[in-house]
Amino acid sequence: MDLSYTPEEEEFRARLREWLGKVLPTLPPKPSPDDWPGRRAYDLGWQRMLYDAGYADVHWEGTPSVRLIFLEETEKAGAPYVGANFVGLLHAGPTIAAEGTPEQRARWLPPVLRGEEVWCQGFSEPDAGSDLAALRTRARRDGDDYVVSGSKIWTSHAEVADWCELLVRTDPEAPKHKGISWLAMPMDAPGITVRPLRTLAGSAEFAEMFLDDVRVPVANRVGDENDGWRVTMVTLSFERGTAFVGEVVACRRVLGELAVAARRNGRWDDAALRRRLGRLNAEFRALWRLTQWNVSEAEASGGVPGVGGSVFKLRYSHARQELYDAAAEVLGPDSLDLERPWMPDRLSSLSYTIAAGTSQIQRNIVGERILGLPKGR
Amino acid sequence: MRFQLTSEQGALRGAMRGALRRTAGAGSWGPVAPRGGAADGHSPAPLGGAAEPGASPPRLDRELWRTLGELGFFSLRLPEADGGAGLGLPEAVLVFEEAGRALVPGPLVATHLAAGEVPGAAEGEVVVAAADGRLVEWLQEADVVRPGAEGAVPMKSVDPLTPLHRVPAPARTDPVAVLLTAAEQLGTAGRACELAVQHARAREQFGQPIGAFQAVKHLCAQMLVRVEVARAAVYAAAVTAERADIAAARLLADEAAVRGARDCLQVHGGMGFTWECEVHLLLKRAWVRSERGGGGTESEELLAADLVA
Ligand SMILES: Cc1cc2nc3c(=O)[nH]c(=O)nc-3n(C[C@H](O)[C@H](O)[C@H](O)COP(=O)(O)OP(=O)(O)OC[C@H]3O[C@@H](n4cnc5c(N)ncnc54)[C@H](O)[C@@H]3O)c2cc1C
Repeated sequence: MDLSYTPEEEEFRARLREWLGKVLPTLPPKPSPDDWPGRRAYDLGWQRMLYDAGYADVHWEGTPSVRLIFLEETEKAGAPYVGANFVGLLHAGPTIAAEGTPEQRARWLPPVLRGEEVWCQGFSEPDAGSDLAALRTRARRDGDDYVVSGSKIWTSHAEVADWCELLVRTDPEAPKHKGISWLAMPMDAPGITVRPLRTLAGSAEFAEMFLDDVRVPVANRVGDENDGWRVTMVTLSFERGTAFVGEVVACRRVLGELAVAARRNGRWDDAALRRRLGRLNAEFRALWRLTQWNVSEAEASGGVPGVGGSVFKLRYSHARQELYDAAAEVLGPDSLDLERPWMPDRLSSLSYTIAAGTSQIQRNIVGERILGLPKGR
Repeated sequence: MRFQLTSEQGALRGAMRGALRRTAGAGSWGPVAPRGGAADGHSPAPLGGAAEPGASPPRLDRELWRTLGELGFFSLRLPEADGGAGLGLPEAVLVFEEAGRALVPGPLVATHLAAGEVPGAAEGEVVVAAADGRLVEWLQEADVVRPGAEGAVPMKSVDPLTPLHRVPAPARTDPVAVLLTAAEQLGTAGRACELAVQHARAREQFGQPIGAFQAVKHLCAQMLVRVEVARAAVYAAAVTAERADIAAARLLADEAAVRGARDCLQVHGGMGFTWECEVHLLLKRAWVRSERGGGGTESEELLAADLVA
């Protein structure tokens, strides 16, 4: 068991830290949550800066240690979050890297790294959420194209995406897990209608998507026809396994800020609150250690995170909600004011136990796939 | 950074697990067959007959102590020149996890910490107890008590396998003792999860294994989540040996052990509420350990102070 970094890795950390210190003050102000074109431009601009400085591909290349150092340092410095690049960088990209052909990797990966193209995830449907394999969006083969019809829902960033990782049913006769394929759908294809949905936090973060005879080249299929469920498991393992790890560092930063705020407003004298913050300190330290453990383990077994990601996701999603509830306790009645720091995050934290698979579904996965308990009938 | 067990560490853990299983099978500290359901044949359920309700305080099994000494349990961290294995905290944590898993009775932490300081402790010839916070475990069975236990008063211990005395003046706690206790808790938490899962697979109701019911499955899943989070925290604290990391490890490990044992009891139903079933012993020992080192409150305060340091 080793938690130390090599001299080269420490050098990487120092170089990154210095670079962040230089560039962060030059960034334009963050766009407002509802300014989607602005947000897209801002997030892509940040990705381009990372690319030009040689930091763009840490998520896919490099050692796990370098990846963790990158996440640690960018979060500590308060650098912009991946934002609109979430799907492209953290799960569609890694899926294509793991499962795509050389041509597919050459076509789709560089633009994600250079901050030129945004991806979204078209998995969920109105009648297929937790029961994802019940999806009905249909893809009919017509020459070199699939002709896709159906609808998707809760598609984050759909309004500003160039590509969508889309799950479609290519064999309606097959058992439900067997007839699915994974496609890269260009979002400018005719027949796609995107209708924004407003979240409880007030912004139009995700959307409904209607697909009406949309033509997607067969060459855009990643993995074999009807083998999409297996590819989907790869995508989900990245989504649950590694996509949230940087946020743990951010939570630790917020926790420190809460303690300082509590000292300033006198709430620190409340022993119960103090102990609650102390316990959260333990929680986020442990989650960071679990991250280090999982990343080391994934590295040892070939790069794709295992179902252990569900263990992390379960605990983290609840811890994040407890963190922002503690923030509300620090603020007292001011917690009802959405202009106060942390309170918008408190709202968005409510999605963490739902998105990327609900806590109930994660518990099923842990129970059945890790502990080997029987499936319910 | 490669935060995984090395092959030597994995082998050490495996060897300790095997040795404890054999020891448990041979001595007074042997398996108790639970009634019905999911006996696995080699559960090292401790001290079957020696711990009837209301029996006089348990005797420490000196044979066991010497066996642990031979296994290097106490001398693990002593330099090789002094007859130890010259290993570090990460290895110590692994063997204490195994001891916690097998629910080995006795003042393990105190004797381990006394190796090299109290003659005979390293070999398991001498039993050392220690005042920790306001409690001393195994006072009457110990050959040496550190730093002393003036005015100690016996308690009717909740744990039939850990006699307890209360001491008037609180003793200082060694962070290493807190860490090794956390490792024991981790082992017990893992054991509780394993027992619950075994039972949930074997026991049938309404025509199917109870583990197929989500209410049961989700209890088990949460047990595993607590174990894995605690494991990462305990192992990391063994590597860094920092006070805040140790405090975090103890909070997570206490939670994993205490709640794990409770949930395990629930999964066992009525059988879980019996004296013969091992499960209550897991919970009672977890309760005892969670009072060590000033209890969780002290760790929470330490971690709160760390936020504004
Ligand atoms: C902020 C946000 C962003 C999202 N972004 C995307 C995206 O970009 N792309 C995308 O494809 N999807 C996205 N999703 C969708 C998300 O993956 C689904 O919402 C989620 O999987 C749950 O599905 P559902 O909403 O249909 O709820 P349902 O499946 O209807 O679940 C409702 C309730 O029933 C429970 N439940 C369902 N089945 C079971 C079961 N077997 N056992 C026990 N309990 C059960 C659930 O846990 C939940 O409590 C997003 C969701 C949110 C909130």
